[in-house]
Amino acid sequence: MTKEMLKGNVAIAEAAVRAGLNAYFGYPITPQTELLEYLSARMPELGRAFVQAESELGAVNMVYGAACTGARVLSSSSSPGISLMMEGISYIYGTEIPVVLVDVMRGGPGLGNIAPAQADYNQIVHGGGHGDMHPIVLAPANVQEAIDITYNAFDLAEKYRTIVVILADGSLGQIMEPAELPEMKPLLMRQPDWATYGAEGRPKRFLSSINIDPAKHEIFNIRMEQRWQKIIANEIRFKEYYLDDAKYAVVAFGTSGRIALSAVRSARAKGIPVGLFRPVSLAPFPEQALYELSKRLEGLLVVEMNNGQMLEDVIKITRHQTPIDFYARTGGIVPMPEEIEAAILRMVEEPVNTTEHPRDRWLARLSQELIGGS
Amino acid sequence: MVQAALEEQIVYSRPESFTAVQTHYCPGCTHGTAHRLVAEVIDEMEIREKTVGVASVGCSVFAYNYFNMDFVQAPHGRAPAMATGVKRVLPDRFVFTYQGDGDLASIGMGEIVAAAARGENITVIFINNANYGMTGGQMAPTTLPGQQTSSSPNGRDVEVMGFPIRTAELLSTLDGASYVVRRSLHDPKNIRMAKKAIRMAFETQKQGLGFSMVELLSVCPTNWGMTPYQANQWVQSAMVPYYPLNDFKVHPALANFRV
Repeated sequence: MTKEMLKGNVAIAEAAVRAGLNAYFGYPITPQTELLEYLSARMPELGRAFVQAESELGAVNMVYGAACTGARVLSSSSSPGISLMMEGISYIYGTEIPVVLVDVMRGGPGLGNIAPAQADYNQIVHGGGHGDMHPIVLAPANVQEAIDITYNAFDLAEKYRTIVVILADGSLGQIMEPAELPEMKPLLMRQPDWATYGAEGRPKRFLSSINIDPAKHEIFNIRMEQRWQKIIANEIRFKEYYLDDAKYAVVAFGTSGRIALSAVRSARAKGIPVGLFRPVSLAPFPEQALYELSKRLEGLLVVEMNNGQMLEDVIKITRHQTPIDFYARTGGIVPMPEEIEAAILRMVEEPVNTTEHPRDRWLARLSQELIGGS
Repeated sequence: MVQAALEEQIVYSRPESFTAVQTHYCPGCTHGTAHRLVAEVIDEMEIREKTVGVASVGCSVFAYNYFNMDFVQAPHGRAPAMATGVKRVLPDRFVFTYQGDGDLASIGMGEIVAAAARGENITVIFINNANYGMTGGQMAPTTLPGQQTSSSPNGRDVEVMGFPIRTAELLSTLDGASYVVRRSLHDPKNIRMAKKAIRMAFETQKQGLGFSMVELLSVCPTNWGMTPYQANQWVQSAMVPYYPLNDFKVHPALANFRV
């Protein structure tokens, strides 16, 4: 295999095809649309199912139905469309059906814009619909990582009979860079022992998220929580850069993690002992690793493309023991490496305490810069 | 004189596609009748082991308990989308949805119109009982003008609450729909005609002709505040005039098929 220039959305789509994707259902929405467009040609060419649904509501429920047969199924969307899918995501989780979803995040709230953002963190990492639930959430930072995550996401979803969300953003969806695609896996029509594909020579099965008896539903929820504990034990992923001798670290995921890496390298060149901690699995979050790291650091800088959604988790994980600073751009604005480097220098030169909320300082400064006045 | 042993012949029995359990439906409700007709058709076509049903939200949410075949259960209104997913990966299976009027004609209107327009090769059994049964008899898209419900206590005022939707007529305008008819379950003759229509709908799917739907006028004695007898009378006197029993779309390829 050799590297080729691949666009993020297309690379994710082809990686899913090579992972043995049986069916794709989606709805056009920028900045995710190339994924759907690519598969609209690729899937029929391979004799596999593709439907452009009437809405994200339709798409997620087509995914639900197809996945109930045991098939490998994918859908993709962007923030407002993911909001529409929440109903189906909760039902799929409540039925214990393996499904892979891609969220190519854009600026919100509301219709927002089509520029890159990371503001679906709470909606997906702490959400994914009503009820007690935990989707597995993986955040790639470059096209190769997006390919690798997508290629393995179906095995992961099937291992735990749960939902895997690949949380990308408009930048990763649209970027083109060299990457290597994996081998084509043989297409299987799986018939797992829970699936509904016609009760030929066996008792009937039914798949539903209904548990009309609260006592039974409580047991279901506890069983799912036990499964989540196994996922925490087995599936945590993160990347560490320049942390061996670091006194400071940036914590950032996905595209902001990628930009932060450039800033960290620049700051290192200026002699600042800073590294990068990049969570890849946002759920389960690498809590223990970050906590252990934070204990030996003089400061953490959380960088996001939202108003500080992961920040709250980092504060909770570090238990107010390590000074935390915060830098973010929001609403579809992508931070420049120089901005993050400046924030690293500020963290070193003007140390924050652990009592003030990190967002306060950032908000005051950004308000002054962008809006003016007090 | 030795008496000859009496020969027994079974003339009526529970369909294999029907499970031997008591349903949760109210006395006099026609859901049981509709279920039985579907089960009989599936038995007659010998497709039970190749069928996946899609239950909806409403009184028929537990349909999967009563049908002896694989079933999935959709979110409110989304059964046609879920059925699309099943059918697209398993095109050789028979896939049907069983939906009420709130589910199909209100919250699920987008999904049913899109599935019919795509010519999705599925069969839809649509129960029209002019109200939301499971939640206690609220106004549905099918509630008749002037009809009192728990959310239209002074009767459906069309100036404020709009008009009922004639779903079969609406869907029959779509090119993807191949068999769209309305029948009623209020007396034996109509029940027999309903069964023939359900058979035609599954034959439509068997022949790969595309979307098929049978709308069935049904009773809801509990929420209508009527005895079962009164309720059946009301279907005939009030519902049938508003919702005519007719074939609204029959694909030409079905013309020579006789049940």
